[in-house]
Amino acid sequence: MDENLFIGLQQVGDDALVLGQRLCEWPGHTATVEIDLSLSNLALDLIGQATLLLEYAGEIEGSGRDADRLAFHRDAEGFRNCLLVEQPNGDFARTILRHFLFSQYALPLFEALQDSPNDHLAAISEKAVKELSYHANFSSEWVIRLGDGNSESHERMLRASEWNFRFVDDMFAEDESWRELSKRSVVPSRASLRPTFEARVADVFTTAGLAIPEQIWPLTGGREGKHSEHLSHMLADMQVLPRNHPEAAW
Amino acid sequence: MMRLAEPEVSLEAQILSILESVPDPEIPVVSIVDLGIVRGVVTTDTGSSVVLTPTYTGCPATQAIEQDTRRALDEAGYADVAIRISLSPAWSTTMISPAGHAKLRSYGIAPPVEMNGPAECPRCGSYQTHEVSRFGSTPCKALWRCESCSEPFDKFKCH
Repeated sequence: MDENLFIGLQQVGDDALVLGQRLCEWPGHTATVEIDLSLSNLALDLIGQATLLLEYAGEIEGSGRDADRLAFHRDAEGFRNCLLVEQPNGDFARTILRHFLFSQYALPLFEALQDSPNDHLAAISEKAVKELSYHANFSSEWVIRLGDGNSESHERMLRASEWNFRFVDDMFAEDESWRELSKRSVVPSRASLRPTFEARVADVFTTAGLAIPEQIWPLTGGREGKHSEHLSHMLADMQVLPRNHPEAAW
Repeated sequence: MMRLAEPEVSLEAQILSILESVPDPEIPVVSIVDLGIVRGVVTTDTGSSVVLTPTYTGCPATQAIEQDTRRALDEAGYADVAIRISLSPAWSTTMISPAGHAKLRSYGIAPPVEMNGPAECPRCGSYQTHEVSRFGSTPCKALWRCESCSEPFDKFKCH
């Protein structure tokens, strides 16, 4: 088994799965039905990507686990997602900024993965790029609308920045497996994606009249399975049905 | 059911004509061939297969489309033709046929045009339209409104 590829696929797949699940907590709680629809559509894309990535991870592992088995029967320590995506939704500003930062990281990642010598990963990425460019557009527009909105929305974006920027370093962190994969050119190094990320974030923040927080205390560990307590709470909700009824089928 | 002997027509043409009667589960006015979901028929030493490509990775209709395709092939006597899902080249709205565009319009859905251009209202033909929500009733559509006739309409997203 290619252990590094198995771990790398879980990192990318778990990011999509966990963020998709978080967004699914919104419908019924947003201010308008259009936003309910938007967030659930974004979630649908992410869960579609997670299904393909985790299904492939299961094939690489070769011990019979499929996407569902990986999603519903691993504990928090087994998840390889970054800390940003598992953060509670907070208010709409915090959710939008989380999505903005994630899509500005994930879009250049999948753009680079389209050229991976791993054909299956390249094919999944080709689809993901089309979907994520929509996510990046949508969240950028909202960052601008809220940052450049009224004093209340601006203030909330400032608080959302203080909260979310702590997890940016973790999103770009590389463990041994990712470094090995990037040495083999299967994946890009995450550090190589960062200048694109910084430039796009700075662009949108300038238009939104927002400043990137200067003083932050970064938290890391997600890629190695060291998560905040929020992930276990989210998983308890997400996994309860398949764990209690393992044979349940649609 | 016996397969009809049609030596003049290629296997691909026969299968495509069968699949033209398989509607998209979400937008039944267009077939999966019109939408470009059927990418073709591949024949190798081990047999033939229909190649399908999903529109969106999370599209809930993908599984239904696969089942409907299977049923249509079986009923037409092509039980030996397999179905293969291919992700690459990724589906794009440019794969929708001109016939598909016309059917979408008559059904009240603006067909996909360039990303930032105004959509033509499928009811009155006006270009005085604006986007209400980038996300509509299905992953592939956005919600628009016509300022001339005041009606809301779905627009197929460029993708």
